[in-house]
Amino acid sequence: MIYKLIVFLPLIGALIAGFFGRFIGPKPSEYFTTTCLVIAAALSWFGFYQVGFNGETAQLPIMRWITSGELDVSWRLRIDTLTAVMMVVVTTVSSLVHIYSIGYMADDPHRPRFFAYLSLFTFAMLMLVTSDNLLQMFFGWEGVGLASYLLIGFWYKKPAANAAAIKAFIVNRVGDFGFALGIFGLFFVCNSVNLDEIFAAAPTLQDKTMNFLGYEVDILTTLCLLLFMGAMGKSAQFLLHTWLPDAMEGPTPVSALIHAATMVTAGVFMVARLSPLFELAPTALMVVTLVGTVTAFFAASVALVQNDIKRVIAYSTCSQLGYMFAALGVGAYGAGMFHLFTHAFFKALLFLGAGSVIHAMHHEQDMRNMGGLAPKIRTTWIMMLIGTLALTGVGIPHLIGFAGFYSKDAIIEATYAAHLSYNYSFWTLTLVALMTSFYSWRLIFMTFHGKTRAAPETFKHGHESPNVMLVPLGFLAVGAVVSGFAFKSYFIGDNQEVFWGKALFTAPGNQILDDMHHIPGWVGWAPTVAMLTGLAIAYLYYIRMPWLPEATAKAFRPIYIFLLNKWYFDELYDWLFVKPAIAIGRTLWKRGDGTVIDGVIDGTADTVNWTTKKAVKVQTGYIYHYAFAMLIGVALLLTYFVAKGGLLK
Amino acid sequence: MSFFNSPYLLSVVTFAPLFFGLISMPLLPRDEVGDRNVKAVALWITLSTFAVSLIIWFNFDPSTAGFQFVEEYEWLGTIKYKMGVDGISMLFVILTTFLMPICILASWDSIKTRVKEYMMAFLVLETLLIGVFCALDMVLFYLFFEAVLIPMFLIIGVWGGPRRVYASFKFFLYTLLGSVLMLLAMMAMWWEAGTTDIVQLMNYNFPAEMQWWLWLAFFASFAVKMPMWPVHTWLPDAHVEAPTAGSVILAGILLKMGGYGFLRFSLPMFPLASQELAWLIFAMSVIAIVYTSLVALAQEDIKKLIAYSSVAHMGFVTMGIFSFTSQGLDGAIFQMLSHGLVSAALFLCVGVIYDRTHTREIKAYGGIVERMPMFAFVFMVFTMANVGLPGTSGFVGEFLTLMGAFRANTWVAFIATFGVILSAAYALYLYRRVVFGALEKQKLMSLKDMNAREIAVLAPLVILVIFFGFYPAPLLDVFAVSVQKLVANYEAAISQAASLAAK
Repeated sequence: MIYKLIVFLPLIGALIAGFFGRFIGPKPSEYFTTTCLVIAAALSWFGFYQVGFNGETAQLPIMRWITSGELDVSWRLRIDTLTAVMMVVVTTVSSLVHIYSIGYMADDPHRPRFFAYLSLFTFAMLMLVTSDNLLQMFFGWEGVGLASYLLIGFWYKKPAANAAAIKAFIVNRVGDFGFALGIFGLFFVCNSVNLDEIFAAAPTLQDKTMNFLGYEVDILTTLCLLLFMGAMGKSAQFLLHTWLPDAMEGPTPVSALIHAATMVTAGVFMVARLSPLFELAPTALMVVTLVGTVTAFFAASVALVQNDIKRVIAYSTCSQLGYMFAALGVGAYGAGMFHLFTHAFFKALLFLGAGSVIHAMHHEQDMRNMGGLAPKIRTTWIMMLIGTLALTGVGIPHLIGFAGFYSKDAIIEATYAAHLSYNYSFWTLTLVALMTSFYSWRLIFMTFHGKTRAAPETFKHGHESPNVMLVPLGFLAVGAVVSGFAFKSYFIGDNQEVFWGKALFTAPGNQILDDMHHIPGWVGWAPTVAMLTGLAIAYLYYIRMPWLPEATAKAFRPIYIFLLNKWYFDELYDWLFVKPAIAIGRTLWKRGDGTVIDGVIDGTADTVNWTTKKAVKVQTGYIYHYAFAMLIGVALLLTYFVAKGGLLK
Repeated sequence: MSFFNSPYLLSVVTFAPLFFGLISMPLLPRDEVGDRNVKAVALWITLSTFAVSLIIWFNFDPSTAGFQFVEEYEWLGTIKYKMGVDGISMLFVILTTFLMPICILASWDSIKTRVKEYMMAFLVLETLLIGVFCALDMVLFYLFFEAVLIPMFLIIGVWGGPRRVYASFKFFLYTLLGSVLMLLAMMAMWWEAGTTDIVQLMNYNFPAEMQWWLWLAFFASFAVKMPMWPVHTWLPDAHVEAPTAGSVILAGILLKMGGYGFLRFSLPMFPLASQELAWLIFAMSVIAIVYTSLVALAQEDIKKLIAYSSVAHMGFVTMGIFSFTSQGLDGAIFQMLSHGLVSAALFLCVGVIYDRTHTREIKAYGGIVERMPMFAFVFMVFTMANVGLPGTSGFVGEFLTLMGAFRANTWVAFIATFGVILSAAYALYLYRRVVFGALEKQKLMSLKDMNAREIAVLAPLVILVIFFGFYPAPLLDVFAVSVQKLVANYEAAISQAASLAAK
């Protein structure tokens, strides 16, 4: 019962605020949706305790959905540790974002709509994480996509926001293209899309082949890669990442909820959920690690030079998601999920903190126009510091640290333990840890320290945010500090087998958890050293020698421009896909439909027109020709039948 | 109970609109009051027909694949008057009776000339459309199937836009060829099998060689109706010229006659040819999906864009039918029903704004959410249904047909799934240009949101599209058994032919 409440309370909130918001007014809409979410969050923590520590699992049927031949899909909630972790993340961050938004959106005329969208998103996300079959997961998947589309485009008057909303939806659909094909394929080989049945069938499919697009391919590898394409879209991985930075056009609470803590982690959740499939497809897992590692590096490299405070954090999210996938790919599902869990707190904290900065600066987002804000907005500054300490993974190895210290270091260690060729993932991710530290501190230094570069007027009016915004920050800060330390032993430590139960599957040959205990000592220190180096460089660049960034940019201008323009992916895609699609569409329309097909028709038409004009002297419209032709046909047929019938009798 | 089990139920539903139209319309005067009464009478007739047609649904037994409510009378020698519905056809009858009152309401204010004739045309059209889906005699089917075009042409030709003559002429040409061929095929079938009874014909084994020709002849007619690429170019022109209610019927029901024809004739009667020529359908379907979606992306006229998107959606239907799987066929039928609601609703939405601004050009709009938030919501629901978002009825059909297609041929499913990306592109691009953006155009500043009549027209559609997205069972259950039987018969015919060939 409590699980159903958790899932449906946000939906009730969304419906009330959405349909009756204009009648009951903005304040009641805000309070109602927020209350629903807070209750759901409280219940989620209770459920988390029940599932994670008392080993409760459940499959709760709701109602029938689609039945067709062998296909039988129902709406059902699947409750296990994986679900419980995601529920806690989603409802906690969502309820805090709801509260925060009461302050942040106070001046917006469309608040009921905003809160309805937020709650709708939460509902869809919960449907996704509780899904018991792939179709319901797809429902949640596209549902969060819709909510994301609506929220990115919330300020519908801004052309940039509209463009970003469409881009997010369509790029996600490219991923969904793979996801959908993966579902079709699984149904083809398993005759079912229910998770239990698929997992039961998976071992029998190992090393079997099927025909796909004319090739004999390994079933599990192919299908896992197709499904992973969906994960890449939703989690903004390399090649399908372009929508995420643009999504920052939406209101900042949205970025915190959807584009940092929850929706973008759906891909990670999906791979973890489908671990019984991925574990049996080692080639697919190698791709997962490769994509994750490349994304982590790529996104961090772009984050180094961005000037928009939100975009830096967006690229950081992209990069951290890469870490999670790298962990999943080497079979360390617990580590990936652990980073998902801790990241939700500190990244939401950073985003909401950035929102507080933007709020204080009257919607200024460019860090070049900030600086020296620490004394003005001291609480926000402290919160952002905590977030940064957690993100960069500050801590003393083998002793204690912030949340990110536990989860990120575990991932880096896992990639070392995986014995990949040249340890490429390990070295890259360690380097990325350095870059993460650099861009994170760069953000802090450029925003809060040094001499201000803000317009004097703006700076003078800079003010701390109201408590309704600061309290959620406080909660998230607690999470950013303790969530690593408190839950380490359950997610990746000694208690993990009991904690995860059957929710995560590791193949018999998967030794990664064991190997992680036998890594050399220096490996444990590597991320910390990288983090400190990054901090030192950032300090040097933005505090000690503020002229250095510009000098470096000048010296390495091509690289700088390349990074600043995000590796030119937007331009490339525009040139490769967007422009040709419209041009081809136009050509097919004007030439294909117009010249060729209609040309033939009109040509015939002229001939027929001429003939019928001779034959029938009715000039008022072609309808008569038609009726005439049909009548003649019917008359002929009848005559024929009657004649034949008469003869037969 | 006697009325509910009336042996004439189908005939009553079929001919009620025509009959009551004929006896009431001539009595009403041709002035302002008369016009208002004409509309009211037409609305009452269609609403009552809908109510009575629901009895068919309630009394329908979904556990059997046989025909129900069968009526059979002597008529013209071998040609009988035979009516009946099975799981495949029944819901199309309901769809027709459901959309008709909506059409009448949608024309309430926009039709100002010859109201009486207009309403009469719709009532005649309703009778003919229901007849198509109920007829169990080939010749009777043919009469209804072809006669439908007469009122449809009148509606476009008399109450249509400036290029209506060109549009109707184009359709004339397209259809003529198909019809003649279908008629010839029917004569050949009668010659061969000695009956025009559809039920008997379904059980008749036509020689393989003959099936091939018969299949092609029927295909010529159905492909135009669907319409399939490349014989689709009549549709955008017809839609653009038709009045709103005309577009609703055209997209909502008329296009389904082609798909229904494939299910009633091509598949059960010519299974061997269907198998042999499935590649042709597949090729034309996937081309339709990708080609017309790309074309839709480049459109400048709202109605044309939606018309092209209809062609793409019908591509999923033909692809599903010829996958010969339960999922493909269930999906195809569901897609037709869902598209009947969604495309009808989209054209109604266009009608709402067209009535206010008298332009269909996308460029003339922008930012109307400011003035019409309710409309924006409704239009968003149908845009998403058109995109096939899960939770709307559009998803179920699209996904099932793709599932079925994947079993039949992975290439087909692979290419068709691109439609999922492209549909999002053209639909959201349209929505953005019409509804979002800043409200800057002078003409749009004083727009009023939907009135009570428009809400009454669109609200049931919103509810149904979402309801069937979450709970499609009431529809799927109706045709599940019939589809299963169709698939079983098809497979039996194929394996029989194979074993014959082996000997």
